[in-house]
Amino acid sequence: MTKVNTKLDRRSFLKVSALAGGGMMLSFSWLAGCKPTVEEELGLPKEWFELNSYIKIGENGAVTLYSPNPEFGSNVKTSMPMILAEELDTDWKNVWVEQADFYPERFDRQFTGGSQGIRMGWTPLRTAGATARAMLVAAAAQSWNVPANEITTSAGMLEHKGSGKKANYGEMASLAATLEVPEEVELKDINDFKIIGQSKKNVDGQKIVTGKPLFGIDHKVEGMKYAAIVHPPAFGMRLKSFDKSSVMGMSGIQDVFSINVFKDDYVQNFFDTTTFPEIIAIVGNSTWEVMQAKKNLVAEWEKAPETKIAMAGFGGNSMEVTVPAGLENSSSHKSRMAEFLKKPGTVVRKDGDPEGMFKKAAKVIERTYSAPFLAHNTMEPMNCFADVKGDRAVIYGPTQAPEFIMGTISSSLGIPRENIQINLARMGGGFGRRAYSHHMVEAALISQKIQAPVKMVYSREDDMSAGVYRPTYSATYRAALDENNNLLALHVKAGGIPESPLHANRFPAGALDNYLAESWDIPSNITIGAFRAPRSNFIAGAEQSFLDELAEEMGKDPIDFRLELLKRAETDPVGSNNDYDPKRYAGVLQLVKEKSNWSQAQSNIHRGVSAYFCHNSYVAEVVDTVIKDNKPVVESVYAAVDCGIVVNPDAAANMGEGAIVDGIGNAFFGELAFNNGAPTKTNFDTYRMIRQKESPKKIEVHFVESTENPTGLGEPLFPPVFAALANSLYKATGKRYYEQPFAPQLEMENLRM
Amino acid sequence: MAQFNLNVNGKTQQVDVDPSTPLLWVLRDHLDLVGTKFGCGIAQCGACTIHLNGTAVRSCQLPVSAAEGAQITTIEGLSENGDHPVQQAWMEHDVPQCGYCQAGQIMTAAALLQQNPNPSDEEIENAMNGNICRCGTYLRIKAAVKTASQKL
Ligand code: FES
Ligand code: FES
Repeated sequence: MTKVNTKLDRRSFLKVSALAGGGMMLSFSWLAGCKPTVEEELGLPKEWFELNSYIKIGENGAVTLYSPNPEFGSNVKTSMPMILAEELDTDWKNVWVEQADFYPERFDRQFTGGSQGIRMGWTPLRTAGATARAMLVAAAAQSWNVPANEITTSAGMLEHKGSGKKANYGEMASLAATLEVPEEVELKDINDFKIIGQSKKNVDGQKIVTGKPLFGIDHKVEGMKYAAIVHPPAFGMRLKSFDKSSVMGMSGIQDVFSINVFKDDYVQNFFDTTTFPEIIAIVGNSTWEVMQAKKNLVAEWEKAPETKIAMAGFGGNSMEVTVPAGLENSSSHKSRMAEFLKKPGTVVRKDGDPEGMFKKAAKVIERTYSAPFLAHNTMEPMNCFADVKGDRAVIYGPTQAPEFIMGTISSSLGIPRENIQINLARMGGGFGRRAYSHHMVEAALISQKIQAPVKMVYSREDDMSAGVYRPTYSATYRAALDENNNLLALHVKAGGIPESPLHANRFPAGALDNYLAESWDIPSNITIGAFRAPRSNFIAGAEQSFLDELAEEMGKDPIDFRLELLKRAETDPVGSNNDYDPKRYAGVLQLVKEKSNWSQAQSNIHRGVSAYFCHNSYVAEVVDTVIKDNKPVVESVYAAVDCGIVVNPDAAANMGEGAIVDGIGNAFFGELAFNNGAPTKTNFDTYRMIRQKESPKKIEVHFVESTENPTGLGEPLFPPVFAALANSLYKATGKRYYEQPFAPQLEMENLRM
Repeated sequence: MAQFNLNVNGKTQQVDVDPSTPLLWVLRDHLDLVGTKFGCGIAQCGACTIHLNGTAVRSCQLPVSAAEGAQITTIEGLSENGDHPVQQAWMEHDVPQCGYCQAGQIMTAAALLQQNPNPSDEEIENAMNGNICRCGTYLRIKAAVKTASQKL
């Protein structure tokens, strides 16, 4: 089915529905052949009636809900429709969920990242559901000639008690679709929720466990070609030349050419992060053949000079960004970062007289923490399908941020946006990596060149060496104590390559009379991007490890010490710019204390605690390790989470468990190093990922009961694990762990990793 | 190029490919069985796991020439209606996050239970250790394997 890309007034879904009338099928289905359960249960309706962009109802009562945001595993494809279904007041078992295409005229904010999907979608989705419900009620009122306010709904049924009239939504859908959109609708009282807060299974679960084509990499059309790419072997290098004849005779190879990702005059946006703006593309008849040709291709590379890039700034201005020349090494990264132990940074926050306090301190504790670059390593490597013919393009692939790449695709192809359709594939992981979607531009340019549909797939080695990494960071914490071990002042100086991880106004800022925060950064040509809880994923570990050491020095229980600081921030905050709520922060610490039985310590179990606030949510975690057969084993992890209302509790717990496993894996093993600009690891034989055996034996995720609107969840459980693990390993081994990854240091303690 | 007769999910299929082509790509590109996934290409991640005569193998390292004559089972052929006890247990525990690794996990688990219907925790961990899940669903995988073992 083709998509109708009629330009419609942007005033959200309300206007669209009035125009749409009956049964417009929007999405062209990529999943032909998959049998949806609703079809099986109710049968396919003869006609669909569209109530707004998100909702259409068949005459038989079947409901299709469009999930607007790209799905990368956080299960928004289930939880966003749950919000719609709740306010629509329909029966979940009659709901059939479809992934919406990228269609900004109809859907707001089709972006997955920053843990904001549910938070930002909460009110729009509830309103969309409630509006559709109100239109069904109005249709029933008109048909039955009774007042609308006497009609009740429940599980997809309309009822007028006075007259005894009843109908299902399907019977009223055709009339409802023609009615005026109400200007105001009432949302449910949260105590009346029937779907939100009740665990619902992943709507794609059956398709996943039976291996149905769900991902971009699975897509295929008649006459499709396959493409592989070859990019420079190191950061700071660029293409000089290549020998076409080195592969042209090979079996199944059709063409080899280079492509330029950006047009010369293109002003890049913040998400136009591409390490190698010129790459070589090899096109052929199958994935294996183009991958074989890749190995044979003879190419010459040269050192890239310093380059300047025009970057769109705020208010329509563009600024110039410099990419330095040079082949960088991890050893020199470390020494350059270490220079900031002595050099000052930029002061980003100062309360009281921290310098004075350090001068008169009886004792100063100073500790430096660091972490390496990390690769996202989504399980599904970067790939994309593109079909560009003449002045039209269809792109289907994994992206978290279609809006951010649309302009780039349009500029690079020289095709107006209206003629480009981006369809959203389920992603085999994202973690921030697919907010940068230049694989889509690359596939589109390849298809444009050959004027045929193409699927481009990165090898794992391409994927791991293409950049957009989590930066490397370092942070030095200092504490001034008086002779009675009272905390006089705290100083943090943090930075990284190429960005600083510091959030200067977060806890413990606001809880200390004398506080100094300094920030620095070092430029690099190694590209970085958002990685699950950017910046927080490092600074939380440093800060919460330091607070643990400080509590010990001061002779305090680590939870009590944090609670004391939070009490101070609550009752008598220092400064006015503290971006956390101390009460909710303390709430998760208290909950984790209770759930982990913190007060009942067991002698052979080594416990560490940590708490952090990010993405509008509060998380505290306790990690228990034991040493078994000379091996540190994470026995249990307890997490307490305050993210407001939880839409889909079991799926939320699943994601929380995943974030904890991810954190433990990266704390133990995660590391990407560089030698002369080239990543030293390019596949899973050397880049160690956490596996089943190293996974915690038990994880409990507890949610604070809340009536607050939902906040972030995909990221907030990740940052605190690093310190909870480090603090627990300290108890287990008597050694503090300042440098990630921990595994090499644990091995030096004669432990097996 | 050479012709190969493959027995995939109980059906004989003919393909004309280079003999060195890994079975993974034959399944995905030539037979349109895309449930078997590409993750690393070097037998490190398990995303491409299939059954060869009932044993779990990495199809990215198995040349098509070595698969001729063997019974090949992919995720699509694990059960007729998607109701293999392992698949059911996966649904019950709502294991997947992104879902990309799960076909490989399920194929490894099904082969394990075929050989050892009642594995201990340690045996499950050992058998499943070759399958990376970047989303970190390991605990649910383990729980689902146990549930499936009770139903077998
Ligand atoms: S793709 Fe075969 S083991 Fe990773
Ligand atoms: S569910 Fe995403 S890799 Fe396993």
